[in-house]
Amino acid sequence: MALKKFVVGCFEDEKVLFPAVAKVRKAGYKFHDIYTPFPVHGLDSAMGLRETSIHTAGFLYGLIGTTTAVTFMTWVFTKDWPVNIGGKPNFALPAWIPITFELTVLCAAVGMVLTFCYICQLAPFVKKHTFHARATDDLFVMVIECGEKTNEDELKALLTSVGAQEVNTQIAEEGWWIGRYDQEQALYKEPNIA
Amino acid sequence: MSATKYESQLREPLVNGNKTYGQVTQDIVHTIEAKPTRLWYIGFYISVALLMFGAYSVYREVTYGIGQWNVNRTIGWGWDITNFVWWVGIGHAGTLISAILLLFRQGWRTGVNRAAEAMTIFAVMCAGQFPIFHMGRVWMAFFTLPYPNTRGPLWPNFNSPLLWDVFAISTYFTVSLLFWYSGLLPDLATVRDRAKTKLRKHLYGVASFGWSGSTKHWQRHESLSLVLAGLSTPLVLSVHTIVSFDFATSVVPGWHTTIFPPYFVAGAIFSGFAMVQTLMLILRKVMGLHDYITLGHIEAMNKVIVLTGSIVGCAYLTELFMAWYSQVPFEQDIFFKYRIAGPYGWSYWLMMTCNVVSPQLFWFTKLRRNVLFTFIMSIVVNIGMWFERFVIIVSSLYRDYLPSSWSIYYRPSIWEVGFYLGTFGLFFTCFFLFSKYFPVIAIAEIKYVLKGTGESFKNDMEGLESKQLGEFVEEMHHGHHEEGTVKIAHH
Repeated sequence: MALKKFVVGCFEDEKVLFPAVAKVRKAGYKFHDIYTPFPVHGLDSAMGLRETSIHTAGFLYGLIGTTTAVTFMTWVFTKDWPVNIGGKPNFALPAWIPITFELTVLCAAVGMVLTFCYICQLAPFVKKHTFHARATDDLFVMVIECGEKTNEDELKALLTSVGAQEVNTQIAEEGWWIGRYDQEQALYKEPNIA
Repeated sequence: MSATKYESQLREPLVNGNKTYGQVTQDIVHTIEAKPTRLWYIGFYISVALLMFGAYSVYREVTYGIGQWNVNRTIGWGWDITNFVWWVGIGHAGTLISAILLLFRQGWRTGVNRAAEAMTIFAVMCAGQFPIFHMGRVWMAFFTLPYPNTRGPLWPNFNSPLLWDVFAISTYFTVSLLFWYSGLLPDLATVRDRAKTKLRKHLYGVASFGWSGSTKHWQRHESLSLVLAGLSTPLVLSVHTIVSFDFATSVVPGWHTTIFPPYFVAGAIFSGFAMVQTLMLILRKVMGLHDYITLGHIEAMNKVIVLTGSIVGCAYLTELFMAWYSQVPFEQDIFFKYRIAGPYGWSYWLMMTCNVVSPQLFWFTKLRRNVLFTFIMSIVVNIGMWFERFVIIVSSLYRDYLPSSWSIYYRPSIWEVGFYLGTFGLFFTCFFLFSKYFPVIAIAEIKYVLKGTGESFKNDMEGLESKQLGEFVEEMHHGHHEEGTVKIAHH
């Protein structure tokens, strides 16, 4: 359990968020993450994240499926238990297309979802720190990790100046854990709309 | 200023009302947080009762054997396989909406895809029951799987369309489930983070897999959805193609045609969209989702219905033509003596009326946008599609090559009907639970299209008159990193 200190800035509009991201990056800060309620296109490249290669993994899983299906059916019908069905060829590739295809899709899909869950650390009972309860509702939550040299107040001032509605500091576990959702079981409160 | 402003309405908004992100969440999640209504309980109990009756019917079939049904030589498939094909067909719309429409970048899918995918999964669950219990000795059902066994090992016949079906249906179910659930994760996290009770927080916390909304995770999630959509698109076409192979690879007149795969796929989409309409119109009414499932959505689905209905109609006529043109006496007898006429002629004409004639009314915009008419049509279409499968199976089987084995008039037994009703129970029990405990509309996806295609998009148009075009486009583009959603109104 590595507790770390984070400065959190919440934005209400993605139009404010994009220039803010650019300014925060320019100022030399490194994002821990930005939590958004929906996929904001272009945010990943604005943050300087590289493209995901999960689709390549999917392609490889698909190949595994194809080869498994073809080699297995070939082995069964030509080596292990060849059956003479009216003199038809044992190696009946066209008739195996459906199963080969299905197994390709099955392996690619299952493999990709498992990979996705693994690299994103998603599983039942996995818990992560919630920086803001409305990050899955209507807020864009920018989280910046504080290093030893980070001037916390300066960073907070910067976030406010670029348009963050709410800025705070949190000491939190950065990874995931299994257990209670959070120690205080803090439940959702209606946002105070002034 | 606004009086002189010309607003070019390229497309009607996908989300009506001036919604904020928070309102979208509230509108969709509030039914989960509230107690179920009385109507929900009534519907749920009726479904459970049907499910119980179905379970008892299946119990009788398993205990006493297939003799509990009126299937016979030569109608060995009867209601059972009719129901199977019917449910599988219905199970096609969800993946079509979520996968094919995603690839075609059809924004309107976001309003209906979640519930349609759920419907797909439940429909495939129902469909799977029929071939499994049709095996008679259902405890041997695992013999269809290629596992190393002590009988040789003896493998299943990989050249058989019936085995392809096993692979196709189980793959389809698995992939649909994964697609649906991976899309649900962010929305379940939304419910989790709004939870006001510990139990709800815990349960949705478990169900949402600890989703946080990280940008990197979203990036991967988007990529995952796109690839799963790309995989599901040929998959959904392959599944009903393979189901049609069950018929088309046989030498039974009326089945042995190359037209079956496209004809079955079109029919599947046709009946699936009709079922989506039935469910969506109820959901929309009961849960007050008029702003998210708009008349535009209903109209779009009705267009798909009239298109696929016409394709199916063409296929029916092609079959008749080919029976005549082929000059095969058996084909001609089946079609002209025993299908469009004969003891089962009524079912053929019922099918023709429901599937081919009545959907043509959807060429009228007024009717396409009429909720009550759409609801009635959606049920008519599914009755028609049930009879299509009944006609194909029964009218081809009851008069085969040997007149001595021609069967008597086939009627289902009460336990055959009970099994069918039971799957309705299963389907609606699942659907009622889903509509109560899961977000019925993809919240994150609605938020994603909200500003680009919702009514609130107009808000950004205010400064238009006072700005240079280039400046405006630049500004718009910065806010919306989406392809092609920048609408420009010209004077």
